[in-house]
Amino acid sequence: MFKWAAGTLAACVVLGAVPASAQSNLSGVWNNLGILNEDWPDRLPGPELGDYAGLPVTDAVRARADAWDASLITLPEYQCRVHPSDYVSSFAGLRIWEERDSASQQLVAIHTHHFAWGTERTIWMDGRPHPPEYAIHTAMGFSTGKWEGDILAVTTTHLKEGWTRRNGLTRSDSATVTEHFIRHGDTLTLVISVVDPKYYTEPVVRSRDYEYEVNGDIGPYPCEPVEEILRPNGAIPHHLPGANPFLTEYAKAHGIPLEAARGGAETMYPEYRKKMAAMPKPDGAAK
Amino acid sequence: MTRFKFNVAFAGLAFATLGSLAVFAQQPNFDVVEVKVQKAQGNVYMLVGAGGNVTVQIGAEGVVLVDTQFAPMSDKILAAVRSLTQGPLRYIINTHSHGDHVGGNLKKAGATIAGGNVTLDIGDAAQGAQIISHINAYKRMSAKVNGQYATPTGAWPTSTFIGDDKKLYFNGEGIQIVHQASAHTDGDSLVFFRKSDVISAGDLFVTNGYPFIDLDAGGNVQGIVAGLNKIVDLCIPVYGQEGGTMVIPGHGRLSDMGDVINYREMVTIVRDRVQDMVKKNLTLDQVKAAKPTRDYDPLYNTPGAFVTGDAFVEAVYRSLKK
Repeated sequence: MFKWAAGTLAACVVLGAVPASAQSNLSGVWNNLGILNEDWPDRLPGPELGDYAGLPVTDAVRARADAWDASLITLPEYQCRVHPSDYVSSFAGLRIWEERDSASQQLVAIHTHHFAWGTERTIWMDGRPHPPEYAIHTAMGFSTGKWEGDILAVTTTHLKEGWTRRNGLTRSDSATVTEHFIRHGDTLTLVISVVDPKYYTEPVVRSRDYEYEVNGDIGPYPCEPVEEILRPNGAIPHHLPGANPFLTEYAKAHGIPLEAARGGAETMYPEYRKKMAAMPKPDGAAK
Repeated sequence: MTRFKFNVAFAGLAFATLGSLAVFAQQPNFDVVEVKVQKAQGNVYMLVGAGGNVTVQIGAEGVVLVDTQFAPMSDKILAAVRSLTQGPLRYIINTHSHGDHVGGNLKKAGATIAGGNVTLDIGDAAQGAQIISHINAYKRMSAKVNGQYATPTGAWPTSTFIGDDKKLYFNGEGIQIVHQASAHTDGDSLVFFRKSDVISAGDLFVTNGYPFIDLDAGGNVQGIVAGLNKIVDLCIPVYGQEGGTMVIPGHGRLSDMGDVINYREMVTIVRDRVQDMVKKNLTLDQVKAAKPTRDYDPLYNTPGAFVTGDAFVEAVYRSLKK
């Protein structure tokens, strides 16, 4: 009798340590400062004006980006606007930690803290529904997750309007974002798919890689808006239609046909290169 | 009748019969509309049903309602309030005169719930809640058109103000009713609950469509822009444009400063584009043909929207030509 009980106890201890459903433990500090080469223009330097290439833009969002003036972010109320959750992964590291019910040890939520703008988000793992449409939208959105094997799959809704590229290409507040967190030992790959029926004809997909940092830490990211330029109250910098002088700079600097720089779903696919080869280079293009 | 011959009576009728801003083109079936309760923060809640959003402030002293939706929604609105508190309804504040925001005044201010604030006399204890609005909203509601009042007499405001604002202290917090001249109409007010840190914006700010500028009721795009700037000035976010002051829009979802900034950006940019074309002496048809809202139409010119992109452009154009 005693042997049976002891055996059961041992089995329980062992089994209790095995993650349910082959879940991964993503907790820790992950960084990407050493591997920022992927999509470099979209990372630290920021994209060039008029570069819409490789994105399934609609005419509407293209027009909106054409009107965008970088001076907008000198307005105090824009200076500390955070990167939305579907974009922030492009920058530096993040800390991931779990929230578990203390009694049952069931996973309630996974939290992330990004270095960039110090944004924190909650990925609810307890099966709760998404809020109704009339609930508030935020830069982080409302996220729920589930395990697909050892991959964490996250669905995010209720996003505030954000951006796809920081050159005026906007992502609407109607977007739904699906993310997959895939851990391979000390490497974490995050694949992000943004479906925005308002402004993009196909999903916008990007991936970001992180490395595990045993002694990693995430520093603070203070941001205090200040008055940089005195303007009349309510002035919004923007370019009137047809009056943005910067839209061809990118194409000229890189010798890319103007039509290709304007983007569209077609420009995402390899076969577009053949079409590009037959297009004229812009006047004054770099060799 | 063109859109810009939209007089008080027609406005009241249209708003009373056609539904909320997002679905004005469809007749709402009030029987199937449910009223949803969404907490804003502090003591303030947002009720979502058919018509404009209703703001509810509750506390030990009773209830304040900002706007009352359509008349047929009254029982459901009251039931939703009763799910929050059994306190007496003391004040109704109207953000403007349109029927989708004031249609429920009559029933709610009447015998349904004793208010006792009509003249602050104890003898009025059964007379219902006090109804507060800017004087111009009162004038619109009490105007006679084709021999009939635009709004039933029992639904008229019982307390009006003529200056920039009116202040109350109720349920432990200051309530500031701030007038915005010539915006959605000429009688617009926003209501700022200072301790709860919630602004009820009325139709100065909506999230689900272009602004409706009721030119024949004294509206003007410049006032809409000024009103949005005023809301932004009042908001203090926690960080990065988010959190802090909550904003309940006239129609649409619960918001904060970031949402108002995005909306202000759209209205300002479209205004600037149209203004540039007005300076160049383009005709209205030429301005419309230039599609100055093309980049925002996917967001706001949604199927069934009451204010189409063209209608918004026309209202902006006519505002600027005044």
